[in-house]
Amino acid sequence: MTLQNRRILINKTVMVLSTAAAIGGIIFLFWILAVLLFKGFAALNFDIFMYDMAPPGREPSGLRNALVGQLMLVVGASAIGVPAGVLAGTYLSEYGGKKSRLARFIRDISDIMMSTPSIVIGAFVYAVLVAPFGHFSGWAGIAALAIMMIPIVLRTTDDMLQLVPGSLREAAIALGAPKYKVIIQVVYRGAKTGMLTGILLSIARIAGETAPLLFTSFSNNFYSTDLNQPIASLTVTMYNYATSPYEEWIDQGWAAALILALFVLGANIIGRIIIRKREGEH
Amino acid sequence: MPTICDVTHEHIIDVKNFSFYYAGVDTPNLKKINMPIGKGAVTALIGPSGCGKTTLLRCFNRMHDLYPGNRYEGEILFDGHNILDKNEDLIKLRTRIGMIFQKPTPFPMSIFDNVAYGLRLQGLKNKNELSDRVEQALKDAALWKEVGSRLKSPGTALSGGQQQRLCIARAIAVEPEVLLFDEPTSALDPISTQAIEELITKLKEKVTIIIVTHNMQQAARVSDYTAFMYLGDLIELGVTEELFITPKEEMTEQYITGKFG
Repeated sequence: MTLQNRRILINKTVMVLSTAAAIGGIIFLFWILAVLLFKGFAALNFDIFMYDMAPPGREPSGLRNALVGQLMLVVGASAIGVPAGVLAGTYLSEYGGKKSRLARFIRDISDIMMSTPSIVIGAFVYAVLVAPFGHFSGWAGIAALAIMMIPIVLRTTDDMLQLVPGSLREAAIALGAPKYKVIIQVVYRGAKTGMLTGILLSIARIAGETAPLLFTSFSNNFYSTDLNQPIASLTVTMYNYATSPYEEWIDQGWAAALILALFVLGANIIGRIIIRKREGEH
Repeated sequence: MPTICDVTHEHIIDVKNFSFYYAGVDTPNLKKINMPIGKGAVTALIGPSGCGKTTLLRCFNRMHDLYPGNRYEGEILFDGHNILDKNEDLIKLRTRIGMIFQKPTPFPMSIFDNVAYGLRLQGLKNKNELSDRVEQALKDAALWKEVGSRLKSPGTALSGGQQQRLCIARAIAVEPEVLLFDEPTSALDPISTQAIEELITKLKEKVTIIIVTHNMQQAARVSDYTAFMYLGDLIELGVTEELFITPKEEMTEQYITGKFG
């Protein structure tokens, strides 16, 4: 075998192997999606949105309380996590700067928090907000999700603000703008699409979490909007239903999975459209 | 000792025994500078890279205050009042002394909002007055003909030369007394450069201009006075024609004839 033939052979082998690996990965992704779409749409009906959870065998039954609970948990967590994350990110980029020790420390800590297993955060909130009160509550669920959200929003805000050229800040200051106006009127404006994308992706991320809710908001078979009480969520319902022996519960679990996947997909798509629009502007 | 010509214009700014230190550096970046700036005149700062001309320019609106640790020594008198005073109101100072940067810096907002930015900062809310002032500033910046019909489109969508004139419009809208230009044409093509130079000549009827430039021909074309700086020292300040034709200092002559720099 000549040297050249050998090179061609190695080249082809590597290409075949990497292509096969890529296809393998995609196959599993589509397999999961196909099963989810097939089983989810089969189980999806109007009752899901109209009626609350019911014991197996009782008609009509649905997931209304879990949908409402999920929405309240996500909105509540966002109401805390987004402002806290944006403000902390603003501190890092605009007040701390690259050299500040405190800013670097906060960045490192938030990176660690981002990779902390979510169940650990659930256990922490259980110890702080559930055990002392003696019962599960929606507020504890919101706290757990917000804690997960803050580092994500903080890092994207920090990164996006640092992409705004320093000359823009100087130009605003040279016009006599006080610093807070420079940040709000010029820097945020320059970074708004990136920040919005980060926020949407962080919402998509926490919307799919089960582990931190198992210990905190737990679940509730009845319709409840009282955040002082346990509250149902799609993710925990999915977990409970999927592990149950009842066929109709398992079907409804698939429906919950589909609704959740569509929500996360929607948030991701909106995020990507915003990114693409921004790239188009430049 | 530097050669300082007699500035026959009224002095709007007087730099006296002025030194500047960057944060963490013990040796001054500008060394005991004495320099008058003529009111209603264009003063050009020239010199090789690192000579301190931009550093000096950024002292006039105290831009160095943005980064902690920088230190001023001596006096810069503006209308007889030392702007290096600790209690100086920097926001007010920066509305009286505006700045144009090397790269155009349009804000991510519409053309109108860009020009109105400084006016709104000063609390101007009346819509009619705002649009009058914006129109006037764009006319003064020779940009009205090109953008008058599309004030709502984003400022970032303009060409480089137009963006720089937009920044000039934004700066002159608040009617400053002094305008600082930091190499305003180094990022622009020759035609845009010509437009900006014509604008500078026109603007000096209303404002005092200090311009940093790498381009000696540009200094010769637009300025009344030229200051040659080298390694943090002011070497010579002269009436522009005299400085370029019969420089008093040997170093100035060497620089303008291209022997170094």
